[in-house]
Amino acid sequence: MKRRLIQLAATILTNPHVTNFFNGRIYRGELKNFCAPGLNCWSCPAATLSCPIGALQAVGGYGKFGFYAAGIIILIGLILGRAVCGFLCPFGFFQELLNKIPSPKIILPKKILPVKYFFLIIFVLILPVASKFGEPTFCEYICPAGTLEAGLPLIATHEEFRGVLGNLFLLKISVLLAVIFLCVVAHRFFCRVMCPLGAIYGLLNKFSFYQLNYNAEKCVHCEICKKNCPLDLNPTKDFASAECIRCGKCKKVCPKRALT
Amino acid sequence: MNSKNFSSSRIIILAVSAAMIYFGIERGELSTIFAKATRVCLECIGLG
Repeated sequence: MKRRLIQLAATILTNPHVTNFFNGRIYRGELKNFCAPGLNCWSCPAATLSCPIGALQAVGGYGKFGFYAAGIIILIGLILGRAVCGFLCPFGFFQELLNKIPSPKIILPKKILPVKYFFLIIFVLILPVASKFGEPTFCEYICPAGTLEAGLPLIATHEEFRGVLGNLFLLKISVLLAVIFLCVVAHRFFCRVMCPLGAIYGLLNKFSFYQLNYNAEKCVHCEICKKNCPLDLNPTKDFASAECIRCGKCKKVCPKRALT
Repeated sequence: MNSKNFSSSRIIILAVSAAMIYFGIERGELSTIFAKATRVCLECIGLG
């Protein structure tokens, strides 16, 4: 419950300009110089901050590496690791709500989890620099957060945008619908399989200041933590895993307080 | 990894991230990001 409130507060704080949804404007103030910790499209009418993945690609589009955005992401990752995904990411919050919809649930095979590193390297780091016109490739062809938070509201309020919808929009809507369906049946599908930001935070999970600690002496190996982990991890072994979003469910259910 | 190496790794990552932020600002990346962030990103919304 406490985590839900933090997720809700983070979503509202990164998207306070709600009235912009009705007038079709976007916030253009100085705070756009800063990157949000989670995945939140900078063209979302309500957004106050920049998208870190968009910022990386925007500089990459000029044939340069985006040091500023990468530095911010690494700094946030060093402090919180993937707790950002579990507590602060608006799109992560959206995915968790989707998974509450009653439906048959599936367990994601571990083999597909590294796909997010492919999206990070190819679509965020290489293609924006390599493409002739410096396109933000991940935003353009993949990002369902952009379609949901910016595409749909802006297209609803701008007639001139509706007149030029084409195959690209069709592709992006298809990706969004596929992600929504997969998030209903699999916990945080996008976060675990596709998110390039989660991939970077995952690499920093081991070093982050916010950690999940495991005390082997207190553990009675009841495996109740494993049964309750929504990400199908074994917290007694995977407490420093790149996949752990620090949601804290294992801590809550541990009868011996072996996980803190 | 022992705690000394762990702390050293954290300090190195912290220093690298701070240096990257400083270098990015010095190089003028903020203006590129600000310019992109304050206009409707047509790629992001699926118009290309």
